[in-house]
Amino acid sequence: MQIDLRTVTIKPLRQTFGHLARRMGADKPASRYMEATMDLMPVENFHYRPTWEPQHEIFDATRTRIKMKDWYALKDPRQYYYGAWVQARGRMQETAEGDFDLVDELGLAAAYPAEGRQAAFAVFLPLRHVAWAANINDSFIAAYGYGIAITQAACYACMDQLGVAQYVTRLGMAFGDLDALTAAKDAWLHAPEWQELRRFLEDLMVEKDWFELLVAQDFVLNGLLFPLVYGRFNEKLNASYGPVFSMLTRFQREWHAETVKWIDSVLKAAAADNPSNQAQLGAWVEHWRARALKAIAPVASLAFAEQTGVVLQEIVDQLNARAAKVGIAS
Amino acid sequence: MSNAFIAFQKCEETRCIVEAITDDNPNAVVNDQPAMVKVDVPGRLVIKRATVEEKMGRPFDLQELQLYLITISGHLDETDDEFTLRWNS
Repeated sequence: MQIDLRTVTIKPLRQTFGHLARRMGADKPASRYMEATMDLMPVENFHYRPTWEPQHEIFDATRTRIKMKDWYALKDPRQYYYGAWVQARGRMQETAEGDFDLVDELGLAAAYPAEGRQAAFAVFLPLRHVAWAANINDSFIAAYGYGIAITQAACYACMDQLGVAQYVTRLGMAFGDLDALTAAKDAWLHAPEWQELRRFLEDLMVEKDWFELLVAQDFVLNGLLFPLVYGRFNEKLNASYGPVFSMLTRFQREWHAETVKWIDSVLKAAAADNPSNQAQLGAWVEHWRARALKAIAPVASLAFAEQTGVVLQEIVDQLNARAAKVGIAS
Repeated sequence: MSNAFIAFQKCEETRCIVEAITDDNPNAVVNDQPAMVKVDVPGRLVIKRATVEEKMGRPFDLQELQLYLITISGHLDETDDEFTLRWNS
């Protein structure tokens, strides 16, 4: 008996889901990110309005003053869906763990000058409460935002902030100092230099417009605080005492550098959609930038003493440059 | 004019690379096979790192494409930013 082997090409009937093919205008393979994001939020046939907010549907685009022709234009340039995000953070965590291990192994914490440690703890440790507040704020955006494109990314930012809070706590513990964490909480609650920032964050916790919250928390506050503390303050510590704190805050720096791409691209898309968005975003940036500056100024002077003015100006210029680049006049 | 071409195994990464090639080479002809994708361009085929990075949403080292590469045809010119295949004529 003779068997002929031959290749049979089976052409798939379709390359992707119907709603994606309609969106892209052609039936072609879509990325995992597109498949796990586009048009996934229910838009119609809601049966009941929430009893706690009967003026809105359960998923409702009118919970913010921003209007979009297409809410899925607020895409994430990092293309994070759950799998991709977990893998990326897994890699970052591996590096960060390596840094903590190295500091532990070489006894770098014990060898760090006490006066440098004091200065570092005073600025870094209360930030775990800041990160926790940011976690709450981002989870509000994830809960009440409209369209999976933005809520998904906000949910990742929310979990990332929890990671930041944990790394700040670990940093305190790497120096074997639980009392320092208690003292930091006390400073957060009572020390005058933290009260403006605490008020800022607590006001944001009751802000109902989720897009305004996104601008205030993720663009303005993160955009000022992360470069200020995890960038400039680390450089100052490095120059005076050695780079241990730079190692232990590596996650925060890398995370911020990456997250800036996301938030900038979201604001750019929102501003490009229509002029009233652009004006509204500009007004929000202006309002929250002024408040955020007032809030972080005392923290900055804790970190930079007489150089505070120069450093703050530099950080604000950076933020303004980003705002200009994404097309927000402010 | 002869075609410069490149063939990849099919996967999520090469889908992005092929999209980048078709963006940067208007005359590209994509030939989809089961488990393989081949792209022909008359004369000169270029893969730009920046375009691939935009499609993937992450940093990309052009040498990474060797992982998915099946075959190429044309003289190869490789820099950090561009991977070019060309026939001199």
